[in-house]
Amino acid sequence: MSDTRPRVFIVDDHGLFRSGVRSELGHDVEVVGEADDVAPAIAGIHECLPDVVLLDVHLPGGGGQAVVTALKPEHPEVRFLALSASDAPEDVIAVIRAGARGYVTKTISGAELVDAVHRVAAGDVVFSPRLAGFVLDAFASGSGPGQQQPSLDPELDQLTGREREVLRLIARGYTYKEIARELFISVKTVETHVSSVLRKLQLSTRHQLARWATERRLA
Amino acid sequence: MEEPAGWRPPWETARAAGRSGAPADDGSRDPGQPPWHFRRHGPGRWSWASGPLRRPREDRLVGGVAAAIAAKIGRDVTTVRIILVVAAVLTGGFVAAAYVVAWMLIPMAGTEHNLARKALADRRGLALVAGLWSVLIVVRILASAFKAGWLGSLIFPLAIAGAGLVLIWRNAPEDEQAMMRRQAQPLLGLTTRSRRTGLILRLTVAVILLAGGIAALGSAHENIALLQPLAGVALLISAIVVLLGPWWLRIARDLVVERQARVRAEERADIASRVHDSVLQTLALIQRRADQPQQVVALARAQERELRSWLFDGRPPGSIGDQAMTLAGGVRLIQQDVEAQHGVAVEVVLVGDCPLDDDLTALLAAAREATVNAAKWSGASVISIFAEVEPAEVSVFVRDRGKGFDPETVPADRKGLAESVRARMARRGGKAAIRSAPGEGTEVSLTMRRNVTEASQA
Repeated sequence: MSDTRPRVFIVDDHGLFRSGVRSELGHDVEVVGEADDVAPAIAGIHECLPDVVLLDVHLPGGGGQAVVTALKPEHPEVRFLALSASDAPEDVIAVIRAGARGYVTKTISGAELVDAVHRVAAGDVVFSPRLAGFVLDAFASGSGPGQQQPSLDPELDQLTGREREVLRLIARGYTYKEIARELFISVKTVETHVSSVLRKLQLSTRHQLARWATERRLA
Repeated sequence: MEEPAGWRPPWETARAAGRSGAPADDGSRDPGQPPWHFRRHGPGRWSWASGPLRRPREDRLVGGVAAAIAAKIGRDVTTVRIILVVAAVLTGGFVAAAYVVAWMLIPMAGTEHNLARKALADRRGLALVAGLWSVLIVVRILASAFKAGWLGSLIFPLAIAGAGLVLIWRNAPEDEQAMMRRQAQPLLGLTTRSRRTGLILRLTVAVILLAGGIAALGSAHENIALLQPLAGVALLISAIVVLLGPWWLRIARDLVVERQARVRAEERADIASRVHDSVLQTLALIQRRADQPQQVVALARAQERELRSWLFDGRPPGSIGDQAMTLAGGVRLIQQDVEAQHGVAVEVVLVGDCPLDDDLTALLAAAREATVNAAKWSGASVISIFAEVEPAEVSVFVRDRGKGFDPETVPADRKGLAESVRARMARRGGKAAIRSAPGEGTEVSLTMRRNVTEASQA
């Protein structure tokens, strides 16, 4: 764990959930504030500038990505970890593309959540198995033999074989350490791969990603 | 996958009795009800059935009165119906009015009270009847003014039948109302089919009436002086409309409001019965099993998933039917079953989807076996399933972080699993690998090549 406790801000529209997270985080982190909607969240985060914002994907006043979008330009040092009970991939991907550094489901255990907060605070990326599955799904649609649209930027628009392998192992429930052992690489390299996937996810303008989201919404 | 479409956890099977709301559109029959329409005898023989006169729930065209009479006197329903219709025409509608009255007076099968009793206490219904009668009185006055005696003689049965129908509609129990609504569907369809058809229909009727009226005036009253009472009648009508119009409007609005309220009430009842079937049942189970945290977690998860698929995917609780036609559906089914039966959480991550064929069904069967095995023996509280559909092959990984075992010194029962999973996959040309170490959990990897035709479809 890091020497200083990360300062955490919780955004969720359910008071019960906020207090639950607060008690689960315990003394390993310092909870500096909480908010129940987009506007108060933006104001609160602006004021206390936490290290990590635990952000619910679904908020009544516009969703989690509104908070990220509003704060990212002014406060790039504030890191967002999306937290949601939602299974809808397009919502999760939207928050990640807005700039969140990771996504975990609300069923995560307290210890895992604390770990995830520390990792995000340290600048790492947190991929839950489910997010890894979403990303594989999103990038898979264009990589098959039936790919029609040539991508504008192949470097950004496709995952490398290694990145795909890493994501698959995350989706299978492996920890970074286990992945490193499995692929004979260092944990640092695993982290690099995951960060690069996140970057592609955020920066890629490929049609498939947008189309994938709409298709998922229609399905 | 061999489960029927309406899969429910085994503990829910005794639930049907508590179900509320939902109109009986499945034709549910009262168990104690005698089979009325089987009571048919040879022609000409009168055999009075014992027991009280009751309108049956089935085998009815309008209110079931004909069926009730037929059952009582032991005659064919169709004969009774024909007699009633002929009589209604011959008596100038009085038999039709009597029919409606009988409808109100004869209780429905399985009930003790008739509708008339309830109708007499229905104040708003009686107010509606008064409104209807006021309209009919106006029509009667007009009829006599135009010397249309035949219309005047129809008024009386019309008043009785109309009043009866209004009261029946308002006071019939829910199931009978549902039946009436189904019968009225084709008629109501005329007004709701489309605005255009409705307009054409109205215009046609208006033109016919207008033409008829002008023709009648033109032929009967050549002398212009005779039109004077007509102006008087027109004044009288406008006076009455000004007087009573707002009241009629309010009554009409009341009817609409009543209808909307009924629709809302039905929606509420539907949601209530769904919530009862799913959420309330689970909450009750959770309370009863409060001392078994694992079971509580599994129940809550299963319920959460069901509720979510209802709210976001519009899939009603308890139905998985179409899901199991695809690989993703099959994996979710494994998840549901294992969570419900073994009280272990199953995390599923799916990438892609494809329709099931025999090979993939075998793959799913092997995956189910691996998952159930992990739930039984690993001691882990969470099992992860990762399924990925690629153009050329489908892979499923089942992983737990439980006890694990040393593949070299496998106990007989686990070896059995390994063999059966491997054999199952090998028969279909797939691969299975099992990796495990004591203290590190177990992972079963299953891979099956896809059929070329299906791969090209995807």
